[in-house]
Amino acid sequence: MNKEFIAIRWHGRGGQGAITAAKIVAGAAFVSGYAGVVMAPTFGTERRGAPVMTSLKISKTKIYDLSPIETPDIVVVLDHLLLKEADVTHGLKPGGIIVLNTPMAHESYHFQDYRLATADITAISVEAGLPHGMVNTGIIGSLEKAANLLGIDLLVSGIEAEFRTRKPEKNSLAAKIAYERTVAGG
Amino acid sequence: MGTRNYRRKTSHSEHGAGDGGRTGSWRVERPVLDRNLCIPCKRNKEACFICWLFCPDVVISRTIPPTINLEYCKGCGICAEECPTKAITMVDEAKFAEEDKE
Amino acid sequence: MHIIENGNAAAALGVKLCRASVIAAYPITPQTPLTEKLSEYVESGEMKAEYIPVESEHSALAVCIAASSAGARTFTATSANGLLYMHEQVQWASGARLPMVMCVVNRAVGAPWNVWNDQQDSISQRDTGWIQIYCADHQQIIDTVIKAYWLAEQVSIPVMVCYDGYILSHTFMPFDLPDQEQVDSFLPPFQPDYFLNPQDPANLNTVTLPDVRMDVRGELAHGYMEIRCLLQEDLRKALQTAAEAEKRFAGIFNRGADPYIEPYRCDDAEHVAVGLGSITYQMRVCVDQLRTEGIKIGVMGVRYYRPFPDEAIAAALKGKKGVIVVEKALSYGYEGALMSDLKSALYEHLAGTGSLPVVQNFIAGIGGREIRTDDLTQTLRAAAKGRVSKEPVWIGLRL
Repeated sequence: MNKEFIAIRWHGRGGQGAITAAKIVAGAAFVSGYAGVVMAPTFGTERRGAPVMTSLKISKTKIYDLSPIETPDIVVVLDHLLLKEADVTHGLKPGGIIVLNTPMAHESYHFQDYRLATADITAISVEAGLPHGMVNTGIIGSLEKAANLLGIDLLVSGIEAEFRTRKPEKNSLAAKIAYERTVAGG
Repeated sequence: MGTRNYRRKTSHSEHGAGDGGRTGSWRVERPVLDRNLCIPCKRNKEACFICWLFCPDVVISRTIPPTINLEYCKGCGICAEECPTKAITMVDEAKFAEEDKE
Repeated sequence: MHIIENGNAAAALGVKLCRASVIAAYPITPQTPLTEKLSEYVESGEMKAEYIPVESEHSALAVCIAASSAGARTFTATSANGLLYMHEQVQWASGARLPMVMCVVNRAVGAPWNVWNDQQDSISQRDTGWIQIYCADHQQIIDTVIKAYWLAEQVSIPVMVCYDGYILSHTFMPFDLPDQEQVDSFLPPFQPDYFLNPQDPANLNTVTLPDVRMDVRGELAHGYMEIRCLLQEDLRKALQTAAEAEKRFAGIFNRGADPYIEPYRCDDAEHVAVGLGSITYQMRVCVDQLRTEGIKIGVMGVRYYRPFPDEAIAAALKGKKGVIVVEKALSYGYEGALMSDLKSALYEHLAGTGSLPVVQNFIAGIGGREIRTDDLTQTLRAAAKGRVSKEPVWIGLRL
């Protein structure tokens, strides 16, 4: 992957915390030396449970183009049921990465031209002590495992800083477990 | 340092008789005070002053007796209307014009 | 210290750093998170200010007008129909020469109802006698809020700080958060020349006659026309004060540039794209692409829209073959308002020199229509080749 400029599109549901997750990755990227980070949520239509998208652009230099990502390097899907509702691979570059929270086995998916990484973040998060359905920190562990972007340590400290008043250890534990258990492959 | 002198740049005025110009010449009827009916005059103490409060041109003094500055009183009659004891009467200016001649 | 936040937070942090003492606002998308943030600061005690909830935008500005007349440093913010509802008080604030700051989080106006970005709202307030500044990123938002207070208080004219709804207001990016001490040294406490005071009573903005008149002291007092003319004169002079603000700011914060315009790759350019707000940064990406194709093009962001920096704009565009004005608003029935203003500046300063550029107008992103960078690049590419149309051309229209 070209590490000068990385475009990550997040697919989640309103209220699931995709924006917070993208913000944590943005913060970690900035700390690690990416001068340009731009995170833009879907505008105006955020409703709880509805499919939502968030764009995250990471660049070594300042970003001047704030328009939505058209050809992502990575798509992150916080709920496998979204595969039926949204065209999550739209514009995804050939060889691009799909990070998917799913209870199903990696082998049960067939995405041509893309690299798929899966983990059952919903179960892992409960195991880490989070309430059922809190998946936005665990998924960061899967993303790092699949894409090797910024290093898990930096992301873990980003998670703990963001959640400093809301169970920081449990949230970072979810990311750590997810990092270990993510199945990534071609 | 910038442009100041704010008062000159806005519509800013001090309240007081004459803010609307020499309005005494507008008067058709003149307010005349009957001290026998006026509350502060009768009681000889600071009281009432409804006329002073209501005068839109600030031409009535808060004194015993209240005085009316005829230079600026435009004769609107609000004081006469508001006076609780009807101590102020509006009198035709023509009458005073004749007096002035005499 | 750099932080990553959205544009509304950048504005709120700027207002907090400026120690605004009275805030009155009515929530409207996409401005809402800005005023929510401010009410949180006031509630938590982080900010020592009165937050006055009101029942409308008209009241919000009325409260600010009263508070500013009494010597407070005030703030309000709105968008779209909220700004239109405020319009009567917008005119009042500038006529009363009150140095307040308002953020306009740019949004399309109804009808039909729409909550997304364009700039019809603030452009429609062009002639209200306010200073209007447009921001292209979050650093500009927070810095402009700070500079705006200084400028407003120097010239006794209110300032609108305009930034694109959603595209800037809801997008996260890093920016430098100035220190409180630095801001305090840039912006001293508000010391009005006159404020409402029972010991020194005054009539403010009562009926003011068409002609001059004698006041109670027997001095000649201005008529309405004198007061309005002074507003115009002072607005024009405010361009110099804006340059001073920029210089002062750069001296303390080590950043700043041309206060009026923001040119990019314009020096050797034959064509220059011009716009207001975040689209001018997006056009930098187009310009970089077109340069690789051998097209000599640059882009110029107009930061000050009122007072209009006609001289700086004409100087920057002198000798260019073509000027391409891309706007998110329209003076319906003619063309983009910036287009007309820009042509008037070129006529004034370049007519007769034989170097008047061809000027073209494009309308983009109305009601939040996505402005694809490829489409924008294609527009500039075509416009650089020759005149596309005499009328404004709508980009991305599917009619």
